Amino acid sequence: MSEAVLQQAVSASKESEFLSFILGEEHYALDITTVKEIRGYEQVTKIANAPSFIKGVINLRGDIVPIVDLRLKFNVGEATYNQFTIVIMLNVHDRIVGIVVDGVSDVIRLSEGDILPPPEFGVSFDSKYLHGLADIDENMVILVNIESLITSNELGLVETKTASVEEE
Amino acid sequence: MTIDVTQFHDVFFEESDEHLQDMEQLLMTLDVDCPDQEQLNSIFRAAHSIKGGSGIFNFDALMNLTHVMENLLDKARNQEIHVTTGIVDVFLQTLDVLKDTLSAYKEKTDLPQAQIDASIKVLEDTLAQASQSSVSDHSDVLECTSDTNTDEIDGFGFFDDDDDYGVINKVSEDDLDIDAEIAGFGFFDDEPSEAEGQLEVSDREINEPEQVEKNEVVDEGFGFFEPENLPVAPPIKIEEAKTPSQPIVKPVKPKPKAAAKEAASIRVDTTKIDAMVNLVGELVITQSMLSNVGQEVEGQIGERLQLAIDELQRNTREIQESVMSMRMLPINMTFNRFPRVVRDLSTKLGKQVDLVIQGGNTEIDKSLIEKLVDPLTHLVRNSIDHGIETPEKRIASGKSEKGTVILSAEQKGSSIIIGIIDDGAGLDKERILQKASQNGLPVSPDMPDSEIWQLIFQAGFSTAEEVTDVSGRGVGMDVVRRNIESIGGRIEIESSKGEGSAFYIHLPLTLAIVDGMCVSVGQQIFVIPLLNVIESFQPTSSQLKTLGNEQVLWIRDRYWPLVSLTQLMEVDDGVTEPTQGIVVLLESSKKRYGVLVDSLVGQQQVVIKSLEQHYKKVAGIAGATIMGDGKVAMIIDADSVAVNCATVKNSEVSV
Repeated sequence: MSEAVLQQAVSASKESEFLSFILGEEHYALDITTVKEIRGYEQVTKIANAPSFIKGVINLRGDIVPIVDLRLKFNVGEATYNQFTIVIMLNVHDRIVGIVVDGVSDVIRLSEGDILPPPEFGVSFDSKYLHGLADIDENMVILVNIESLITSNELGLVETKTASVEEE
Repeated sequence: MTIDVTQFHDVFFEESDEHLQDMEQLLMTLDVDCPDQEQLNSIFRAAHSIKGGSGIFNFDALMNLTHVMENLLDKARNQEIHVTTGIVDVFLQTLDVLKDTLSAYKEKTDLPQAQIDASIKVLEDTLAQASQSSVSDHSDVLECTSDTNTDEIDGFGFFDDDDDYGVINKVSEDDLDIDAEIAGFGFFDDEPSEAEGQLEVSDREINEPEQVEKNEVVDEGFGFFEPENLPVAPPIKIEEAKTPSQPIVKPVKPKPKAAAKEAASIRVDTTKIDAMVNLVGELVITQSMLSNVGQEVEGQIGERLQLAIDELQRNTREIQESVMSMRMLPINMTFNRFPRVVRDLSTKLGKQVDLVIQGGNTEIDKSLIEKLVDPLTHLVRNSIDHGIETPEKRIASGKSEKGTVILSAEQKGSSIIIGIIDDGAGLDKERILQKASQNGLPVSPDMPDSEIWQLIFQAGFSTAEEVTDVSGRGVGMDVVRRNIESIGGRIEIESSKGEGSAFYIHLPLTLAIVDGMCVSVGQQIFVIPLLNVIESFQPTSSQLKTLGNEQVLWIRDRYWPLVSLTQLMEVDDGVTEPTQGIVVLLESSKKRYGVLVDSLVGQQQVVIKSLEQHYKKVAGIAGATIMGDGKVAMIIDADSVAVNCATVKNSEVSV
């Protein structure tokens, strides 16, 4: 077996599925294994002293779950809420978080080889939360590293002890 | 076929832990002069079970140690050797080593081999010695009856009633000691002859345990728990007249009953029960959603629907109650470790202390049981170290040389009150005040006692003259209070110099449910724990004053800080003008203040849900709950609101 074939076999085996969604005009995608469910936006209960992109909490069958509006966080699109507004419920490290998006478009299958690195500068998007970029039907899809985003200090969803020490 | 035995390790560890606990408990209650045959058998069986199990799993060290222990126990139960307090001590020490060994196997750490070897040697020496010394007094041992292991404490209430002298016999374990005990009670001074006359009459009743059981119901007669009733040398005398060397008390639960209960129980993973509690919580919410909808349906169908919904409501409530009760365990689970603590500590400090356990069958949430151990241990140690005086001092101040520590538990409404009561020296007001001013705390001699006592909960506060390894470093009481508060409780102190102190811990019945007052602020509902609410009213403009731009409230002859929930919780559309809304006066362990809300919605029990599970702790919020309509409401944490407001305002002033 030649090396090229082997390489291909390996990358093919690393194929993974992503859920793509829309924020404003931009296409994003995240690892589908973190997705718990998709539901419509419902009225949230506000939390005091929270940043504006944390809309509040909802009751997800008995769990009190925070809702983050990624449009506000990434500063794209307009944060409007109507019956078409979608919330993707994610399950990351046993924590459930809902993210508000403008719409869910598709499930896409990408192998390692399809994922391109982002440009090295000129992007304001923090590369920590960027898994890479992919070209799907001439649209650029931004692959978000949702795990590190959800657990990041910046989002403030998780009580940070060690992380905040590091930053200081 | 090979079976992976490691899968049974957890079960073995859990069971062995229980066996060790049982053994310790039995040893502590074992009457050395008159050992109960059944007790000795139980101890032997427990040791044997551990030995058997450790043999299967190749826990050799554990097996060897229990093997030697078993030999000694076997001799003891066959009355080949006479159990002495010395032997009991050896057993207790062995139990400690066994516990260490067991946890070493559990944690897969290094075995305490030196201790194990030493322990085996001590056991073998004891065995050799004991076998040599002849057991002459067999008959004495055999005469003892084992079935009158009744509960003295519960019986005491009868002595208050002059007509009930006959009952005394059921209270006492054997008639030999009755005379001595009567002298101790002091209730019979008026007609001692009549009392003694009655003794003979009712001798026949001694062996009627059923009657004793019936009488156990009388629980409120003691009056010891009433706050106004200070624990002044409680007129309780424990049955240990025969064995003064063992400062312990028999557990309140009669033994045969416990055995019967054990047989009828199954072991269930707590996570399963927790899941069930959650599901039932959901069911309750769904049910109330349904009843909201049901009210909108009209006509004949509406009526029928309403009937069915009412039925459903009743059933859900019953399910909820019974699921909740699954989590409940008798507080004896915690209390049972204290006879040992008291025994070890009083020996160490050269004090004589009796421990009385009352209301050990009071049921309490399992998660609370575990969290109570540390604070209770601390308080009991404090009582013995600081509270109870040395025998010489006690005699000098005209008390009996033996001090008494009472551990009590009772349910009052929706809370459990646990008391740690001693008849020792009491708290020293002058020393506390002195120490407080040394530490720079604002104090004045005319502070009410209750506020002075609260000072000992300040960090770094210890009035002990010298630091011992038992207590006095001043790291304790503030931790105790923090622990208690973290499980939603509070702690009260009563004390009077020279007569004793009492610490009362008030705990919620369960962590999962709180009685709350629902208030609305803008579009949102908040729940204020009823525990903190003093009153609510609509303020008039004459009651409102301003103090440097901050509003204060004049009511009940004092000025109250006023906190606006609209501002604090960043609600957009709440009332900001106090006269337009309702003020709820709150009292937390730290502060008293008023909270401004839009209106009151009503009182209801709410199930506390954690915010931290998927989000993080929010200042001023104790948790969240789900209302009847499925919406989330925040539960206010009165303590943390007070702290937050104070710090925010102070920092504003300093800027």
